[in-house]
Amino acid sequence: MHERAGAPSLSIALTGSGGAGVMTAGSMLLEAAAQAGWYGLMVRSSGPQIRGGEAAALIRLAARPVECLDDRFDLVLAVDWQNLHRFADEIPLDAASLMIGDPDQGNPPEVFAKRGARLAQVAFKRMAKAIPGSWPNMIVLGLAGALAGLSAETLKSVVRQSYKKGEEGLAASFAAVDAGVAAAGALPSAPRLISPKRPEKPRWLLSGNEATGYGAVRGGVRFVAAYPITPATEILEWLAPALSGVGGALVQAEDELASINMAIGASFGGVPSLTATAGPGLSLMTEALGLAVAAEVPVVVVDVMRGGPSTGIPAKSEQSDVNIAVNGLHGDAPRIVVAPNSIADCLTATQWAVHLAEALQAPAIVLSDQYLGQTRAVVDRPADVTFIGQRALAAPRTEGYSRYAVTESGVSPAAIPGTPGNAYTAEGLEHNERGIPSSQSRDHLAQLAKRERKLRQHDYGDSWAEIEGEGDTAVVTFGSCTGAAREALGRAAAEGRSARLVSMRLLSPAQPERLAKALEGVRRVLVVEQNHSAQFYRYLRADFDLPGEVRSFHRAGPLPIRSDEIHKQITEWSSV
Amino acid sequence: MSKEKTVRARKSGGARTLRARDRARPTGRANPTHRADFLARAWAMEVEAAERYASFADAMDEHNNHDVAELFRKLSRIEQLHADQLLEETLSGRPPVLPPGGVQWDSGEGPETAPHGELHYRMQPYHALQIALACERRANKFFAAYASRTTDAKARKAALEMAAEEAEHAHLIEDWLKRTPQPEKDWEHDPDPPLVSD
Amino acid sequence: MTSGVATAPATSQAFKSDYKPIWCPGCGDYSVLASITKAFAMLALSPENIAVVSGIGCSSRIPAYTNCYGFHGVHGRALAAGTGLKVARPDLTVLVAGGDGDGYSIGGNHFLHACRRNVDLTYVVMDNHVYGMTKGQPSPTTEPDWDSKLSPGGTGLRTFHPLVIALAAGANFVARAFSGDPNGTAQILAEAIRTPGFSFVEILSPCVTFCPEQREWKNQVRPAPVATTDDPVRAARRIMTDDGFNIGVLYKGERKPYQPSAGKAAKHLADLEAEFLI
Repeated sequence: MHERAGAPSLSIALTGSGGAGVMTAGSMLLEAAAQAGWYGLMVRSSGPQIRGGEAAALIRLAARPVECLDDRFDLVLAVDWQNLHRFADEIPLDAASLMIGDPDQGNPPEVFAKRGARLAQVAFKRMAKAIPGSWPNMIVLGLAGALAGLSAETLKSVVRQSYKKGEEGLAASFAAVDAGVAAAGALPSAPRLISPKRPEKPRWLLSGNEATGYGAVRGGVRFVAAYPITPATEILEWLAPALSGVGGALVQAEDELASINMAIGASFGGVPSLTATAGPGLSLMTEALGLAVAAEVPVVVVDVMRGGPSTGIPAKSEQSDVNIAVNGLHGDAPRIVVAPNSIADCLTATQWAVHLAEALQAPAIVLSDQYLGQTRAVVDRPADVTFIGQRALAAPRTEGYSRYAVTESGVSPAAIPGTPGNAYTAEGLEHNERGIPSSQSRDHLAQLAKRERKLRQHDYGDSWAEIEGEGDTAVVTFGSCTGAAREALGRAAAEGRSARLVSMRLLSPAQPERLAKALEGVRRVLVVEQNHSAQFYRYLRADFDLPGEVRSFHRAGPLPIRSDEIHKQITEWSSV
Repeated sequence: MSKEKTVRARKSGGARTLRARDRARPTGRANPTHRADFLARAWAMEVEAAERYASFADAMDEHNNHDVAELFRKLSRIEQLHADQLLEETLSGRPPVLPPGGVQWDSGEGPETAPHGELHYRMQPYHALQIALACERRANKFFAAYASRTTDAKARKAALEMAAEEAEHAHLIEDWLKRTPQPEKDWEHDPDPPLVSD
Repeated sequence: MTSGVATAPATSQAFKSDYKPIWCPGCGDYSVLASITKAFAMLALSPENIAVVSGIGCSSRIPAYTNCYGFHGVHGRALAAGTGLKVARPDLTVLVAGGDGDGYSIGGNHFLHACRRNVDLTYVVMDNHVYGMTKGQPSPTTEPDWDSKLSPGGTGLRTFHPLVIALAAGANFVARAFSGDPNGTAQILAEAIRTPGFSFVEILSPCVTFCPEQREWKNQVRPAPVATTDDPVRAARRIMTDDGFNIGVLYKGERKPYQPSAGKAAKHLADLEAEFLI
């Protein structure tokens, strides 16, 4: 059993190609584990083909919530070994790992054998052929499930729920699952999970993209304009029916320029609006985001970060859009940047972003990433938060109404078309308080100061970051690195080396005072991020004060930063 | 692809219209009347068929359907063998000079060239052989039609010989089919949805 | 060049690279690749003098599958990149390629202006009525009732008519081809490349994965019932009643291709200073 300080978990990789169906089997395994009371997550990896390519379902199951893949895999079940070497870096194995392959499908790739993993053989395809109407992936599901300690009943109940074809096929699938379960008995001892306690709280099984969509709707978004792009498209696909169900609308635009401008237009009309994209799309949107800043129109842009630059690596995760999110607009254009730090947090952070955008009448960028967006996980139902988008509005027929009135807070009461007496023209040109274009120094300085002040002075409360643990070493990170950092610190604490974790949720506007307070007493700061040029580290160095010695641990995608890497960094550093 | 689907015949009006238009268009397409032209076409036919099967094999390998890839490679080698034999026996080992871009075929592609649209990433060896059989039969028809059209006696003789050979190839494939397992029920089934990479 | 097969001289094989396409088997784009390379061979071009410029999507993967110079750019901007290339290097043969999503949606603006500008290049759109690479969203040419996750029940929108738009925007050569007739397509492409000015060829290219119903296209296409015209008015009348399945060259005009404006000839760089001199 692979033990981590109090969080035993089991990591299973299901692989196969050309229609083997391992993604479906993996999803069902996770679903079954969830129903049995476990937590877990599943990451998908695949070749460049749209169909028939090599595919791997990477699953981690545990008795407690897990937020990242483990540093190694306990089990690999391979329907075939086609091109599996391409996934070698994503499926680390060691001598304690067990590979289970089909003897009729050749040998595992050398790179796996070299790592000392043991090999067992189960004739998946032959067994499936012996049950007419069944498929090898159902045998795999049964076997993997049994090895994890799941009952055949639980597995079959999940198969039934997802079945669309006739009853006859269902019986065959059941028989295949049973055959897989039976095969587990003959295998060398494999790690088994501790039976979980009956979960008391309600739990969800969803992806970060789905959570993002729901967070948007919860925050009050009722208009979405968007353009498909990997890995954000699922947000739009979830929102399309959901929005129309709550009286909203989703328009598939002709491109990202249209998307952001449509969203801004809808927001000008008073309806909280959102679009979702990835790096290349965000680049296109920057001009319009500047317009939203200048005209003080709220809008939320979700950026599901992927490998960059340019077309980059569309289906893999990276955290390399910090620069463009925090600094990428022309002119002095302050905006809000929020980074969810877990799959469940995609809901809360997005909902918060909608609230902030509306309250502060500014664009908010939600920096999600492909890992969070496309990984499915079992999570405790996130606590309800009261963030609802609400724009401060001037009373109808306000005497001498000035849309861009300079106020103490910087927030000017807005006016929604249809409100009598307060008609104004939203303006991208620099303007005076009434909104009339102006090139006067007095107006430019006043408006710049107002737009900057409204963001800076807002009280963001405790949501700005998650701060955990004690110690004179601190790991400062954001987004999807948080899960791995948390596990690394858990391990270190169990070894008597406690450290602090600061996972920043509000990247912009910078909160230097809050960070200074969170790092009081810290002598060593390790900044962790998944990009090549240490964008977050440079941003912290520029806009914040960091105590003691500061180091940057960064690496670009496509591989995630693992908890043992962070653990190693902390251990080596603090032992000096 | 599956046994229920059949290749539907072109609507007869359309086919006639096409040929009428083609005759009017200057295409550089020679109407082969001489034995030399004929042999060049026959050779090109085999070569193009070999190339097409090879590209099918590549596509199947890329999609991890190695059984069918292997079969297409075999078919490719067989067609190449036919081409080489033709070269040796009738063209004195000298590859003929073809117009740029290759032969302009009446019906789109060489009669023995399998159309791209017939592939499926989950296809089974039986399907591949059905495609090959259709190719051989088309080739046979092409030569038979040519033989009945041409006024050149030598060309007619050659065409009839080729037609007979293609018929023989077709028989071989029919035998091969008999030895090959029928496609499984639900051969198309892929439990996983399409995956994205771009 | 595919595995060890002897090739006929001056055939499409010489224009194909060693990279195996990742397109789904059965995809119409395989035939389009064959047609494009065959057209290059028919015109006796050399691969090093051809540039294939593309955007993003399944069809836009095509440059790497040829032996020519290629440019795999950003989504929707291939025509802009191709225009820049051709104006700067008029000696090259420039072929711009992409899909219907890339070309008519995000690329729509550039499409309009490329038709109008009439730079001597050829634009090939492999139209499969869907966004394939991102897993099946409606494109501008998708039928209004085609169900998808992003537009449940269908978009309900009138489809984009690329040939109508091309003609209205002033394209000098407007044609439609079908991937199921690779030879006919090669002929149309060769003519398009040969014709000076902006040549637009829309190629119906079925998507086996997201639109299996497009297998029917081979039974629905027909050769256009009338010959090519050089009269834009006649072409306009015809295209307004076109059902999307007429194959052939609709319109071939005589517009002179784009030339950058000629300035005053300067013998030496220093001649340009003359106007500053006091």
